[in-house]
Amino acid sequence: MPKTIPENSVGIVTPQCLHFDEPLILRSGKSIASYDLMVETYGTLNAARSNGILICHALSGDHHAAGYHKEADAKPGWWDSCIGPGKPIDTNKFFVVCLNNLGGCAGSTGPTSINPETGKFYGPDFPVVTVRDWVNSQKRLMERLGINQWAAIVGGSLGGMQVMRWAISYPDKLRNAIMIAVAPKLSAQNIAFNEVARQSITADPHFHEGRYLEHGTYPKKGVMLARMVGHITYLSDSAMREKFGKAAEAMTTDAIKSNFGRDLSSGKLSFGLDTDFQVERYLHYQGERFSERFDANTYLLMTKALDYFDPTVDFDGNLSKAFANSTCRFLLMSFSSDWRFPPERSREIVDALLEARKQVTYLEIEADQGHDAFLLPVPRYMEAFGTYLQRVSDEVNS
Amino acid sequence: MMRPDLDIIQHWIAPGSRVLDLGCGDGSLLEYLKTNKNISDTGLEIDERNIQGCLSKGVNVIQQDLNKSLKNFSDKSFDTVLLTQTLQAVNYPDVLIDEMLRIGKNCIVTFPNFGNWRSRWYLFWKGRMPVSNFMPYQWYNTPNIHFCTVRDFDELCRERNIKVITRTVVDHKHQGNWYIRMWPNLLGETAIYHISR
Repeated sequence: MPKTIPENSVGIVTPQCLHFDEPLILRSGKSIASYDLMVETYGTLNAARSNGILICHALSGDHHAAGYHKEADAKPGWWDSCIGPGKPIDTNKFFVVCLNNLGGCAGSTGPTSINPETGKFYGPDFPVVTVRDWVNSQKRLMERLGINQWAAIVGGSLGGMQVMRWAISYPDKLRNAIMIAVAPKLSAQNIAFNEVARQSITADPHFHEGRYLEHGTYPKKGVMLARMVGHITYLSDSAMREKFGKAAEAMTTDAIKSNFGRDLSSGKLSFGLDTDFQVERYLHYQGERFSERFDANTYLLMTKALDYFDPTVDFDGNLSKAFANSTCRFLLMSFSSDWRFPPERSREIVDALLEARKQVTYLEIEADQGHDAFLLPVPRYMEAFGTYLQRVSDEVNS
Repeated sequence: MMRPDLDIIQHWIAPGSRVLDLGCGDGSLLEYLKTNKNISDTGLEIDERNIQGCLSKGVNVIQQDLNKSLKNFSDKSFDTVLLTQTLQAVNYPDVLIDEMLRIGKNCIVTFPNFGNWRSRWYLFWKGRMPVSNFMPYQWYNTPNIHFCTVRDFDELCRERNIKVITRTVVDHKHQGNWYIRMWPNLLGETAIYHISR
C-alpha cells in the first residue's frame, strides 16, 4: 500500500461502466447485441472538447491505467509511470480516457459475462474480436463522451495496433497517432509464442473446452504457463541477467559477477526438480499472480486478436496504401533491446508512412528492459514523449 | 541569428515543397522553412539532444544514421534534400550525394571550404592541421573526416555528371563580394551548392 498517494498521481479514481445497446457487427460476421465497456477517465475535457487522449491497452491491460482505486491498493494502474499531473500524458492538460476492451475480463463484456441469450457465462462462445472491432467500439465510446476528435490516441504493443487501425479507419478522428513498441503485424515467431500460450491453456485438464466457470474451476496451470512464456518474451536477456544476478553482483570476484543472472533461490542446488534459480521462482510467482486475475478465455481471445491483426489486408498487402487517407501526425518509439517487436518492426511502419508522405517522427530509445520498456519510466522515453505531447497540448488548448 | 548559409538557401526552396534535411540538428532550419515557406518537413538526426530540440519545435524527425542506408526513401520523393555543414562528417560523401540526388528533385549541400586562405595559412606556417573558431577540433577528435575544397567539390560534380544549378561561397560576414566571387576557393569559408541530376 502506498503510505501516501504520490503528488504526481491522478489519485483515487473510480471506473464507470457504460452500456451500449446498438449491436456491434464484428469482422468475423458475428455480432454482439449489446455490451458494457468499463472506462476510466483522468483530467478534464476542455470547453472545445479537443483535449481528449484515448489510451489503448495491450494484451493484459485494462481500463485502470493510472491512479488507485482505493488507498489500500498496493499498486497504481498499469501505465501510472506515464499518466498523471506533470507526467508525459499530463492530466493537467489532457482529458485521458482508457477502457477495457471487448472480450476483456476487467468489467467490459467478455467471456466471463453472462450471455443474455443463454443466461450462462459466455465462456468459449464469446465471439473472436479483432483490433478493428475494438476500434469500432472505441469510436462509439468517443461519441458517447461527446468528443469529435482525439488530440491523440496512444498505445504500446497491441495498443499501438489499435492506434494504427484508428489512423486508417477513422482518419479525421485523431490529430496524433502515438504507437510505442509496435509492429505492423505479427511475425511467425510472434504467432508461434502465442500458440504455445494457447496450447498450455487448452491442454489444462481444468479448461473444460472453455466452460471452466460452469464447472466452478479455472485452468490455473495453463494460464500460468501461458504467462510465463509470454513474460520471457517481454524481457531482454540483459534485463534478466540484471534482475536475477543481484546476489552475484554484490560479490567481489569478476568470475562470479558474470553469472548471467543465475542467482539461486535457496542458496544451493537441489539436485532435484525443485526450483533452483531465482528466475524460475520469479516466473512462477508472476504466472500465479496473473492466473488469479486474468481469464483464460480472454487470454485466448487477445492472442487471436494479435495474430489476426493485419492493417494491409484491404490494401493488397501494401502498408503505405493503408495509410493513404490518414491525416494525423505520427509518433513512433521503439526500444533497442525489444526482441518481441524490435526496432526494425517499427521502422517498417515509419517507412510505409514516409512512402505515403505522412508526417512522422521516429525515435529508437536505448533501453535494456526489452518489450516491457514501454511501461517503464525510461528517462529519454519520458522526456521525448512529454515534449511531443506538450506541442499537442499547445495546439489543442490554445 | 541565422547562419549565412541558411539565409541563402531558403531562397532556393519553393513554398509548399517537400523538404528532407539530412542531419537536421535541432530542427531550426526546418522550423524556419515551415513557418516562412509552408514546407512539409522531415529531418534525419541521430543526436538525442538535437532530436529533443526537433520535438520541442514540432519538427518531424526520424532517428536514422546517414552513414547507413537511405534506401527507405524512394526516388524523387522529396522536392529538395538538404545537407548543411554535414558532408565533411559522413563516411562516404560521394555515396551520400548520389543518394540525395536519387531521393530529391534537387539538393542543397553546404560545407566548410578547406581551401580557404586561413586553412592554407595555418597549414603552411604552422605545419599543423588548422584549428579555429570555425573548425574547433583537433585532428584526432574531429567529427569532420572528409574535408574538401570548393575546387574538389566542383571536380566531384564534373566526374559524377552532377548539374550545379547555383554555387555561392560566403565568409562569415561578407557574402557575394566581387573578390569572393573571383577567388571562391581562396576566400570563401562556406560553400553552398544547389545541385540536381
